[in-house]
Amino acid sequence: MERIQPSSGALADAYIAGCRVGELRLQCCSRCGLHQFYPRIMCAHCFSEELEWVAATGRGEIISFTVVRRPISRAYDAPYVVALIKLQEGPTLMSHIVDCAPETIAVGLPVQVAFASWSESVALPVFTLDRQRGSSS
Amino acid sequence: MSSLRGKVAIVGAADTRVGVVPDRTATELCVESILLALADAGIGKDEVDGLVTCNSMAQPMLYHAEAIAEYLAITPRYCFAAGAGGGTTFSVLHHAASAIVTGMAEVVVIAMADSLRSGLSRDQAMLMQSSTGHPQYEQPYGPTVPAYYALIAQAHMARYGTRPEHFAEIAVACRAHAARNPAAQMREPITVDDVLNSRMIADPLHLLDCSLVSDGGAAIILTSAERARDFRQPPVYVLGVGEGHGHEHISQAQDLTASAARESGQRAYAMAGLRPVDMDFAQLYDCFTPTVLVELEDLGFCAKGEGGAFVCEAGIGPAGQLPVNTHGGLLSHCHPGNPGSMFALTESVWQLRHTAGERQIGNARYGLLHAQGGIMSSHSTLILGREEG
Ligand SMILES: [Zn+2]
Repeated sequence: MERIQPSSGALADAYIAGCRVGELRLQCCSRCGLHQFYPRIMCAHCFSEELEWVAATGRGEIISFTVVRRPISRAYDAPYVVALIKLQEGPTLMSHIVDCAPETIAVGLPVQVAFASWSESVALPVFTLDRQRGSSS
Repeated sequence: MSSLRGKVAIVGAADTRVGVVPDRTATELCVESILLALADAGIGKDEVDGLVTCNSMAQPMLYHAEAIAEYLAITPRYCFAAGAGGGTTFSVLHHAASAIVTGMAEVVVIAMADSLRSGLSRDQAMLMQSSTGHPQYEQPYGPTVPAYYALIAQAHMARYGTRPEHFAEIAVACRAHAARNPAAQMREPITVDDVLNSRMIADPLHLLDCSLVSDGGAAIILTSAERARDFRQPPVYVLGVGEGHGHEHISQAQDLTASAARESGQRAYAMAGLRPVDMDFAQLYDCFTPTVLVELEDLGFCAKGEGGAFVCEAGIGPAGQLPVNTHGGLLSHCHPGNPGSMFALTESVWQLRHTAGERQIGNARYGLLHAQGGIMSSHSTLILGREEG
């Protein structure tokens, strides 16, 4: 059984293409300079259609998380951590926190992006605790 | 702008049996709730010229309200089905009230039912669970419905020091109300420890922080305040109604710990000319315990961040300062999905008629009802009263 795959579309495909080469891509508005996620056909702030794909730093902070004990399907190994990550560039996205014991996770901790395979052709961003920034702050 | 205040009233209200009702389909439950509400109002089907339903997950239909009208052999001039549940229930009432005031219809039936407990196939249940969330940017991470609300709970805990015991207190209070309601699905009293010792579903939410999965339906009959005087039941008046619509997907929420319930509530209070302190009871959407805590804050019953202290100190149980979910709520009365808030509505009608039996709130004059849908996305607030003004 396969995990749920992102549905496709021109913008989603460009985003997934970024993931495939290890880039977390955000749109940046050429008029107002704001970054946005998820990708849209216009800047949600100023409605400009002049948007550029940029590679995010991949650094962010956990603004909330939960440990899912009862998985959504057999394709997911529980427990797994679903989190909301606020990126340094501003936007928030949902992701997984991987490679750590769930008990070590807390709101406010810094995280760093990594990419995990979701199918033969799709990789998606996941996050790991950023121990370097975590210990220095 | 003219206000809806006191211009429409509820003159009929009924629930079907709720909980596990395998002998009725979702369609039959919807029809049955209408028959019971008509009987309660003392009118026949020929007096109904408006019908609003919500679609069913167990027996979805492209034109649900029209299908129910056909089943009843009525031909309303105002007829539509809401696509979703939660917050839309009182939005629907808002629309129906406006339709009555503008002359689109005179007597509107609002009926909602589903059989999530007995009527869903495994595939339907799976689809329902996995169709929540953004199909490109959220669903692949496998968030379950409890997980979305756990994200709200965890953020509230981190920001305000709220604890799992505070959420548990809400489940305990709803169960205490349900213990006084012979119709409720779960009536055995529970303690905070019972909640905290129940299986963890999505941290910090335990099994008993999650609402039920049920069959059931409910209907109300709405008409103008003028017409309402001719009905046999004492009318329950719509004094205030307001809506607030924020994000749809939780990852796009402006603030995880506050919601558009603030705007929705302010609009309803402004129309009614009433304040939180005037409310004798509140029915607050409780698909998971944290929603009640956030709603108590956003609707002005306590300050932001003080929801935990409010449920523990002021109290929301039968003896509390503000009884919340006097029928037992989605946590203990029943939760058939989309129709969930209808039972808060029928219960409030009985509370304001003073016919709520053992669980009657003494001399109840005003009640506030709040529903939300999406993930704290779509909000509607309703203020009902015994008198027109
Ligand atoms: Zn812009």
